[in-house]
Amino acid sequence: MDVFSSLMDGFATALTPMNLLYAVIGVILGSAVGVLPGLGPAMTIALLLPVTYVLEPTSAFIMFAGIYYGGMYGGSTTSILLNTPGESSSVVTAIEGNRMAKAGRAAQALATAAIGSFVAGTIGTALLAVFAPIVVEFAVSLGSPSYFAIMVLALLAVTAVLGSSRLRGFASLGLGLAIGLVGMDSVTGQRRLTFGQPLLADGLDIVVVAVAIFAVGEALWVAAHMRRTPLYVIPVGRPWMGKQDWKRSWKPWLRGTAFGFPFGALPAGGAEIPTFLSYVTEKRLSKHPEEFGKGAIEGVAGPEAANNAAAAGTMTPLLALGLPTNATAAVMLAAFVQFGIQPGPLLFANEGPLVWALIASLFIGNFLLLLINLPLAPMWAKILQLPRPYLYAGILFFATLGAYSVNLQAFDLLLLLVLGALGFMMRRFGLPVLPLILGVILGPRIEGQLRKSLQLSAGDPAGLLSEPIAVVIYIILAIILMWPLLFKLYRRNRPAPLLSANATRGNEPTDVARGTVSHGSHRADGKSKGDAGDDGDGGDGNG
Amino acid sequence: MSTSPTWASRLKGRSELGVALLLGAVGVVVLVDAIALVTPYSQSDPVGPKTLPYIIAGLLLACAVLLAVNVLRGGQGEAEGGEDVDLSHPADWKTILPLVGAFVANILLIDWAGWVVSGTILFWGSAWALGSRHYVRDGLISVALSVLTFYGFYLGLGIPLPAGLLEGIL
Repeated sequence: MDVFSSLMDGFATALTPMNLLYAVIGVILGSAVGVLPGLGPAMTIALLLPVTYVLEPTSAFIMFAGIYYGGMYGGSTTSILLNTPGESSSVVTAIEGNRMAKAGRAAQALATAAIGSFVAGTIGTALLAVFAPIVVEFAVSLGSPSYFAIMVLALLAVTAVLGSSRLRGFASLGLGLAIGLVGMDSVTGQRRLTFGQPLLADGLDIVVVAVAIFAVGEALWVAAHMRRTPLYVIPVGRPWMGKQDWKRSWKPWLRGTAFGFPFGALPAGGAEIPTFLSYVTEKRLSKHPEEFGKGAIEGVAGPEAANNAAAAGTMTPLLALGLPTNATAAVMLAAFVQFGIQPGPLLFANEGPLVWALIASLFIGNFLLLLINLPLAPMWAKILQLPRPYLYAGILFFATLGAYSVNLQAFDLLLLLVLGALGFMMRRFGLPVLPLILGVILGPRIEGQLRKSLQLSAGDPAGLLSEPIAVVIYIILAIILMWPLLFKLYRRNRPAPLLSANATRGNEPTDVARGTVSHGSHRADGKSKGDAGDDGDGGDGNG
Repeated sequence: MSTSPTWASRLKGRSELGVALLLGAVGVVVLVDAIALVTPYSQSDPVGPKTLPYIIAGLLLACAVLLAVNVLRGGQGEAEGGEDVDLSHPADWKTILPLVGAFVANILLIDWAGWVVSGTILFWGSAWALGSRHYVRDGLISVALSVLTFYGFYLGLGIPLPAGLLEGIL
């Protein structure tokens, strides 16, 4: 009841004409950057951070919410109309979606993606509204040792679970943590990694780091490998669905939502795993399994719903614990800090109206997306034709502008270039970007919690284990990190075929997905021998 | 193991070792920097500012060694694909170098010549580097973007971007 009345207050705030306008701007902007290659919601929000400084925090976050959902939606449009998905979470959508589009069913593919996103986003946001306060109630009782453990879990799990090579993930994480070290130490005031440069004393601005890695790195990388032959965009009219399509779509939407939300809400969330799980499930349950691989609508409906539900789920740890698990959430966390708002369990108590307006605007954004995107689909398809020199010159132009306007110093642009070169190198050699960004943002927070925990125990490391939640989390962490090793042993002892029904539940679908999808972005476990040894090392750091 | 293939042939095509080198170098820098910090032991802060840098340096150095081993054994990072990325041809430095040039020109000029001038050069130069050959149209777009953002930031956001050479005109 309390949730309901708070939410209604949230709607009242979010539905004022000005805030509604920001929601519309956010949704349109988010869809546009989601559709355009080379841009994403995380980067857009990072670029807008200096600009939104003059806004009310509530308006800014309402706009960010629109960008977040809009970006998810736009990504699926691209992967349906082109065969090259921009984000890892739309890889699965591309499989069936692009086949459908090629078979002349682009309108239906876009429609099931849009309506599925709406259904999943709405249910997901409702679950967020219900669960976030519960998580908060539980979280206020936690102390520093538990927070430290949760953050370490998020950081290491995201690094270990996502991406194709754990070793490269940890390398990226290390670089991010090192970047996060730069500047004045918050407790003693000592300068770390500033090399006597006074401009570095305040640390590297997160806007500069995020824009450099996402935007400049991407622009340089694309410039090096520019596709010279123009991409073929499948023309599309207004999306619509026939009766048969509805019949085949609604169950996958709901199942996709059920997969997406919990995975998004987990500290090691992400949209990749639930979209793969959803795809595999739909393939198995479908009455038309022969259509899979040739454009089955279930294969678009399910993963798209999973994708959006995961996006809603990600907001739960962000709002309730101050814990980001994807790039967009990480940048939003930086935005909270910029506005002087402390994310975490006290957020609901201290900034209740803002949080509820944000949640309400997620509902509104979802609805606007459906309203705006169904008629605008042909326009998004046209945006894809934007000449590439302008697109990437524009990205560099606005990246420079955004980074410069933070402090108005040319030095930041130099940092932008250096870190952009780093972003280029990471793309070239397959280092994932997300661990770096999370490392930069979470590193200083983890250090703060570590020091607080040990301050309470007067320096005794056992203080880290003084709360039961912390102990449980370390056990989970150990399992995640040891998993490839355990799995290898398991397989050595029982060389049974992977697809057999008695394979362990948690692992089976990912393996099926790995077999089915030749996209190579999801070879999570034990690709190289070197990786396994590295995990132990990452774990050592916390004990 | 060390007899048949010479080091030179082993290193060939292993540019990824550069990544391991970079990781190692950053690790060493973090380590050296942390050692140089002078902190008296304090009861209120038993962890101190050195602990995390030590852990990070350890992580980086371990990754550097493991990555080097991995690469020498034939491991390879997967280059990132994308909508506009065509990995079938090698890196095109003829595009990147002018692009970086435009970027550097902007850094050097922005405080002296002002955003409108440097931003125009940045956009026009980048578009040229990326293959656009509509010189006039590119120029018009560049000037329009720079002037619009200048006024947009000044009037709309109250952020004064440098006017530079055009001070007094704008």
